[in-house]
Amino acid sequence: MAKHILSPLPGTFYRKPAPDKPNFKNEGDLIAIGDVIGIIEVMKSFNEVKTDQAGKIAKFLTDNEEPVMAGQPLLELS
Amino acid sequence: MAVKVLKPGLSTTVQDLGRPGYYHIGIPISGAMDRFALRCANMLVGNKEGLAVLEAVFMGPELKFSDDATVAVTGGELPPKVNGEFRATWTSFKVKKGDVLSFDFLKKGARAYIAISGGIDVPVVLGSRSTYTLGALGGHEGRKLAEGDTLKFGKGRGAKEGRTIPEKLRRGPGSPAELRMLPGLYWHRITADAGKHFLEDTWKVAPEADRIGYRFKGGRKIEFVDRVPPFGAGSDPSNIVDACYPYGSIQIPSGTEPIVLHRDAVSGGGYFMVGAVISADMDLIGQLQPHTPTRFMAVTMAQALKARRDRAKIIEKIRNII
Repeated sequence: MAKHILSPLPGTFYRKPAPDKPNFKNEGDLIAIGDVIGIIEVMKSFNEVKTDQAGKIAKFLTDNEEPVMAGQPLLELS
Repeated sequence: MAVKVLKPGLSTTVQDLGRPGYYHIGIPISGAMDRFALRCANMLVGNKEGLAVLEAVFMGPELKFSDDATVAVTGGELPPKVNGEFRATWTSFKVKKGDVLSFDFLKKGARAYIAISGGIDVPVVLGSRSTYTLGALGGHEGRKLAEGDTLKFGKGRGAKEGRTIPEKLRRGPGSPAELRMLPGLYWHRITADAGKHFLEDTWKVAPEADRIGYRFKGGRKIEFVDRVPPFGAGSDPSNIVDACYPYGSIQIPSGTEPIVLHRDAVSGGGYFMVGAVISADMDLIGQLQPHTPTRFMAVTMAQALKARRDRAKIIEKIRNII
């Protein structure tokens, strides 16, 4: 089974730290445990999503600015 | 008798049934956003219904126990784990000295209530242990929990393991969530069409919704009846001469996004209110996740009071079972 990074929170998912900044991570990037892959906005706060697994990003399953639920897969590792 | 906070979660606060009696001087009622779930959690661990518990929103904390205790988790479906092993929600379980209580991802709802036998022992401020974070009042140092905090809990009788609330008596919002509301004093400020749209449209919970107020988006803009602003009211058609904001009142600033004021709300201001969500449904709001589709349904005062009595009967039923 493919490995996924799951959203710890419900809210709105952002792939970049600010609208005019590049994405935290892109498909094909290698990630280590603790890397920030995005931000979830909820209750007027922005919360970094840190990975609990290492690997190579196969694809993002949630787009920038998309609503997410807790436990929803954000990206798939290859 | 203490727990150590290894991880605080997103926003975990100490709450009880609230701090009524000071709203007129600007101190909100605070207390659990889902008071039914708080009562149930306390009953399950053998506590008096109104003792202080932890309210965790969207994400659970990680707690290490320095003493044995009985624990129960109610409200939203936030599956508890003791030393990594799952425990049932809405059901009492034991923890031993040294055990770590943690949580899996939120499955349903928004807020979980974690009761510990004996209750969370923080100082009583103005009659309540509830946390009002904006005013840095009550709870644990007036703030949400942080890593490294130690919380004392009282000496409780505890309860047997496996004490549970039958599933049909538990409560959470459906999808769309339905909130019953009583149209209010300022209903005449909006056009007949706007009133219809407000009740017909499916709104969505905005991500910024919190303990102060729940904001909703996505319905049609509310149109107002023309008027000359009365002395003391602002120029926006949604402005009124400053008035009291009741708990549950629904304001719609500029006619765009309704906000239902909740436990940590401000007590007055200059926006008209279209009405108020009935007391029986306020607990449901505490369990709404961002983006949940929501409908408002108008009811009469008689229906609102009946709904309140019906909720009281369910609590009475649970008291009798336990």
